[in-house]
Amino acid sequence: MSKLGKGLGALVTAAAMVCGSLAQAQGVLRVGMTASDIPLTTGQTDQGGEGMRFMGYTVYDSLIEWDLTSADKPSGLIPGLATEWSVGEDHLTWTFKLRDGVTFHDGSAFTAENVVWNFDKLLDDASEQYDSRQSAQGKSRIPAVASYEAIDDLTLTITTKEPDATLPYQLAWILMSSKANWEALDKDWEKVAMTPSGTGPWKLQDFVPRERAVLVPNDAYWDATRIPQLDEMILIPLPEPNARAAALMSGQVDWIEAPAPDTIPAMQGNGFAISSNAYPHNWTWHLSRLEGSPWNDIRVRKAANMAIDRESMMPLLGGLMVPAKGFLPPSSQWFGHPTFDPSYDLDAAKALMAEAGYGPDNHLMVKALISPSGSGQMLPLPMNEFVQQSLAEVYIDVEFMVVEWNQMINLWRAGAADEAVDGAQSINFTYFIQDPFTGLIRHLDQNLIAPNGTNWGHYQDPEMQALLEQIKTTFDPAEQTAVLQKTHEKYVNDALFLFVTHDVAPRAMSPKVKGFVQAQNWYQNFSSITIDE
Amino acid sequence: MLTYLIRRLILVLPVALGVSIICFLLVQIAPGDPLTAIMPVDATAEEQDAMRAAYGLDKPLPVQYAIWIGNLIQGDMGRSIATGRPVAGEVFGAVKNSLLLAVSAAVIAFPIGTALGFLAGYFRDTWVDRAVTAVSIAGVSVPNYWLGIVLVIIFSVNLSWLPSMGAGPGGSQDWSWDWLHMRHLVLPAVTLAVVPIGIVARTVRALAGDILNQDFVDALYAKGMSRFDVLRHVARNAAATALSVMGLQLGYLLGGSILIETVFNWPGSGFLLSNAIFQRDLPLLQGTILVLALFFVAMNLIVDVVQAAIDPRIQRT
Repeated sequence: MSKLGKGLGALVTAAAMVCGSLAQAQGVLRVGMTASDIPLTTGQTDQGGEGMRFMGYTVYDSLIEWDLTSADKPSGLIPGLATEWSVGEDHLTWTFKLRDGVTFHDGSAFTAENVVWNFDKLLDDASEQYDSRQSAQGKSRIPAVASYEAIDDLTLTITTKEPDATLPYQLAWILMSSKANWEALDKDWEKVAMTPSGTGPWKLQDFVPRERAVLVPNDAYWDATRIPQLDEMILIPLPEPNARAAALMSGQVDWIEAPAPDTIPAMQGNGFAISSNAYPHNWTWHLSRLEGSPWNDIRVRKAANMAIDRESMMPLLGGLMVPAKGFLPPSSQWFGHPTFDPSYDLDAAKALMAEAGYGPDNHLMVKALISPSGSGQMLPLPMNEFVQQSLAEVYIDVEFMVVEWNQMINLWRAGAADEAVDGAQSINFTYFIQDPFTGLIRHLDQNLIAPNGTNWGHYQDPEMQALLEQIKTTFDPAEQTAVLQKTHEKYVNDALFLFVTHDVAPRAMSPKVKGFVQAQNWYQNFSSITIDE
Repeated sequence: MLTYLIRRLILVLPVALGVSIICFLLVQIAPGDPLTAIMPVDATAEEQDAMRAAYGLDKPLPVQYAIWIGNLIQGDMGRSIATGRPVAGEVFGAVKNSLLLAVSAAVIAFPIGTALGFLAGYFRDTWVDRAVTAVSIAGVSVPNYWLGIVLVIIFSVNLSWLPSMGAGPGGSQDWSWDWLHMRHLVLPAVTLAVVPIGIVARTVRALAGDILNQDFVDALYAKGMSRFDVLRHVARNAAATALSVMGLQLGYLLGGSILIETVFNWPGSGFLLSNAIFQRDLPLLQGTILVLALFFVAMNLIVDVVQAAIDPRIQRT
């Protein structure tokens, strides 16, 4: 190459480097989270969906991930650290091809041995790296996994306990931490918590428990389209809704999760943007199906569903809800085509109640468990009062049993037959319904009747059970989608829950925040965001 | 004096033991489950039982208490169930931040309350007295979390003069005495100071008014003493009682600022306590309550000793 060529080459390289660094110099995003602490940083996060959103899919990757690129369609699964996977003819042994050339933030290579090490971290309490805190978060997410083996650096097999086609969804929960980093930090998870190492698009740079965490871009991230544009993302726990709103409006943060509905008009009036989108979350009454429960009568269940004027509930939530048409949001890929429409129809509801033997002179008395607050519960007190008034229109008199959120979770785990539930025939619970298990299977599987699982209402139905089994044994994705749709159709046609509304994951942000695409998912991609200074 | 001090210090031990038993039992009585904070809500019963055993929560309460108190005596306050971090580090870090806030509020409240109280006592039954009384009753009556929210709306949201939350740009670990950090302290400290201003003003007003009506004051004037010197005598006489009230107020400021710390996202013991309550984080809850209770006991002791030191009439043997 001539001197001129070399000179031009050097100039172009230098210009590219300058432009590259300028392109990345896109400001600092300060986020006010609803969590009261920074989520667990060692790999498997705590703090529910928010923990996975901000400390999970930012610092770490899983073998299979959620597609967070589009706001217009429900998220599906995409390759993550595994590029392809298939199940053997026995329907038990899965083979995963791992992504080549991926490195952890500490520089060590990601291999199949690392995946085995991470599974042991969660499942093998005799292993040196077993971490009870991460295990508490991760073990229950992969119930299908029986064993796992590294075949070579880039090939892994996982054997399931029984045929289970939902394994890819289960694996989307499991995040990979670095073995080399753990070893370098004296095999001490507490030290790892301060300087964790994943393969994700963000690196944790600084961490003050309960106060802040600073994430910076991982410029060597394996997916060039997901290398963060920002210089930093600072996470700040702000559990009190008014404190979050004030922090945003006074310019101390640029983004807050879950603004209170009554603060939204003031924010919008001051130029702040409200982002929201449908996502797999619902707000329901889970009904008891124990003997003697009034909800065993399908006419009562349908009447109650048709008594709720969901459109009129919208102003209560500042318009930030999707009226329920079923258990899953109408935009879900698994919604199907149910024949029962639970939309508001007071006359039809009254007719059904009359058919069931109830009317102005013969009211039905029901007892409902509700909480005054709680994660994902939206505005439980006014919303439940709205439902109570709506049901009174069709001669259903509701007596509330109000318990604090932590105790509510215990009563949900205990199930409708537990003494502590005190005869309540429903529980108002909001559900994470993102995958087949959390979305459909766990609520009605007869093998998961509480307290062994989360079938709170003790529901049993052979037809439903067959569908739930079929979900697990249908390995073709398109065919599995059809089964999931059929299952949801049964959910709706049998009016198995009181379908009320779906949250839309509102978040408020400064007009300086650009480039955010709110996926129809609990997790989000922060890499595309920039700050317009 | 020394005997008194030693006796009081020895008495702290049964008080601390009583406090530890009460706070241990209180947090056990509350319904709820600490595992909620560390496991997915749909973890199976088997997984919950395994985790309960791992944290020793399956043992009988007396055994749990014995283990806790045994570790405590050896200086180990245990680990937070929710975060896995040592309780001692969490509590003392938070108490340090609360102390910063409480002392700042006290620095604002005590001089203002004392000055207002003296004014009201000196000009008793005049418009000055009535104005101070109105101010102090308002201070005691206004819910301070509401006042905090109003101050945030005015000074943070509308005027953008002061920050609404946090302990500084780098968090409490980077605290330093410069305006960049101290401005974070202004609104919570002022809000927290409002109640003690009212209480101290009311106390000092009553004390000053009573002392000014005593015969020795007339005698001092008769001797030709200046008004300023007379007031110095009045202040000295009022100091012991006023100090005891201030000492107790400082204790309340440290332990009773849960709402203020929540409104301002101040990383102190109140904020920690509130999170520990909602998460049923028993070791953290027990540790925080114990430390705050012992601080209260210590404040009482200090106040008693200082009272005795500045007022020879208070003889303690």
